[in-house]
Amino acid sequence: MTEPSLSVSTPADRPPAAPADRRPEPQAEADRIEAERIEAERTEPQRTEARRPLSAQRVIPLRHPGRWIVTVVVLVLVAQFIHGLVSNPFYEWSRFQYWFLRPVIMNGLVITLEVTALSAVLGLVGGVLLAFARLSRSPILRAVSWTYVWLFRSVPLIVVLLILYNASALYKTLSLGVPFGPGFVHFNESSLATDMVVATLGLSLNEAAYASEVVRAGVLSVDQGQHEAAASLGLPKGYQFTRIVLPQALRAIVPAYVNQLIGLIKGTSLVFYVSLLDLFGEVQNMGSTYPSDIVPLLMVATVWYVILTSVVSIAQFYVERYYSRGALRTVPPTPLQKLRAAVRGLRGRLDVIKAVNG
Amino acid sequence: MSTTATTTEAVRPAAVEIHGAHKWYGTHQVLNGIDLTVQPGQVAVLLGPSGSGKSTLLRAVNHLEKLDIGHVSVSGELIGVRRQGERLKELSERTILAQRSRIGFVFQGFNLFPHLTVVDNITAAPVATKRKTKAEAREFALALLDRVGLADKADAYPRQLSGGQQQRVAIARALALEPGVILFDEPTSALDPELVGEVLAVIKDLATSGTTLIVVTHEIGFAREVADLVVFLDGGRIVEQGTPAEVLDNPQHPRTREFLSKVL
Repeated sequence: MTEPSLSVSTPADRPPAAPADRRPEPQAEADRIEAERIEAERTEPQRTEARRPLSAQRVIPLRHPGRWIVTVVVLVLVAQFIHGLVSNPFYEWSRFQYWFLRPVIMNGLVITLEVTALSAVLGLVGGVLLAFARLSRSPILRAVSWTYVWLFRSVPLIVVLLILYNASALYKTLSLGVPFGPGFVHFNESSLATDMVVATLGLSLNEAAYASEVVRAGVLSVDQGQHEAAASLGLPKGYQFTRIVLPQALRAIVPAYVNQLIGLIKGTSLVFYVSLLDLFGEVQNMGSTYPSDIVPLLMVATVWYVILTSVVSIAQFYVERYYSRGALRTVPPTPLQKLRAAVRGLRGRLDVIKAVNG
Repeated sequence: MSTTATTTEAVRPAAVEIHGAHKWYGTHQVLNGIDLTVQPGQVAVLLGPSGSGKSTLLRAVNHLEKLDIGHVSVSGELIGVRRQGERLKELSERTILAQRSRIGFVFQGFNLFPHLTVVDNITAAPVATKRKTKAEAREFALALLDRVGLADKADAYPRQLSGGQQQRVAIARALALEPGVILFDEPTSALDPELVGEVLAVIKDLATSGTTLIVVTHEIGFAREVADLVVFLDGGRIVEQGTPAEVLDNPQHPRTREFLSKVL
């Protein structure tokens, strides 16, 4: 904002109202009047403003005293909360510092990241396939997709994980071969189903069910006219989906899928129950070894999960911004752009004040 | 086309031929036996009250709607179906898409791709169907934009344009197919009155350049000025057809007279 505020109007933006300005006068006299006017405006801005004709006056914005009161109350509460966090000995921040970057915690963090990344990718691929099946014209594919989603949305994730964990008891070997006929290649389930595989599989199966609904909602959100236009141009089917429908669907998909992804990051904490030591698993483990450190250890887990979701949320902002091209007349500014604009505005205002004050 | 057609070479096929078109939505019959022939270079205007089947008929020409009975051919080629003995069999989706890429279609609601720039909207089809390289397609697109008076909007996004400008881009996008025939489905109905003129001017320019056009519209003045053939539909049938002078100025059928008295 380079607009001068109420009290610092420059000579240039005064309305050309005063007839005295236009009458030929000695330059010295004009300068004196102008200097007096600026001085008067500086010392008594309200009165000079009031002397202008009504049509040339700035509108005084409505004040919101209620907002100020609420702001103060909230700030006091926040300050109190932060003070409590820092000063309460219960949190043992020195122990937090000790644990935060310990190798054992880092190992857990790596497992969490691996499981999240694998399940996010596999879950999304599965979700896209399920969404396609659900949107297809084949009643069989539609029914299979619907049933899958119904089943995995019904069963709690922890139950899915534990069933898979114990599946080696149900299916001793896995075979590749003719359906219902002889198998050619046999796998021993227990060698195949490591803790990592069980955890990733369980999370992916669960994730796919939710992702398919997110993708389906996105595709349905694209206007029917877009499908028709793509069809009328004779665009090949694959091109229609990847270049016309999907980019528009992603505007609806991204926020919902990021929600899902954040749920997944936190959901990985359940893999502890299939004896995979992720971030939460290691924290739990260390907590039972060092019972006095359980609170700082939980704070370590909290802070790491907050960092992971923050990274995802920041990525979400930029991805959403990318896919809003064309949908909005102007894309929203990034935080960096906002900061730069604010600095520019402040500088502009300072320049105006300097100019007025000489 | 040479006039010395040999015995093996038939006369030039009609640009669009519709034979015995019937179509039902559930139990509601929208097309009830329509036969229509549009010659190359002709401008045909379809008139009629809403629900008369004119949009459905137009959409059947590029197989956006499937006919239940009857068939359509464009430049002598059956659309959406092939003939096997005495039966008509539906073509594969890929073949239908290839056929559509030779027929221009302009929608009432423009249906530009909002996430693509104007020039990318126009080059999408020629590039995706591998008919042109990216550079060739872009050059052609810029020439088309110049023709519709929007040379300076190549890199704008559709939502940054007015309705009239969007519809002109949509026309350029249809022209990029280098189509034998262009179909217009109420191209000016979604526009502010003051923007209608600029779109009609572009369509008139196409009409005089010898492209075959079929236009569904309520702009009677436009029909009178540009059409070679005016077709009046009601209840899924053609009530009467002929030159603008015949149908608009001297309608024979009372239903046509009644309709014209309301819209004129």
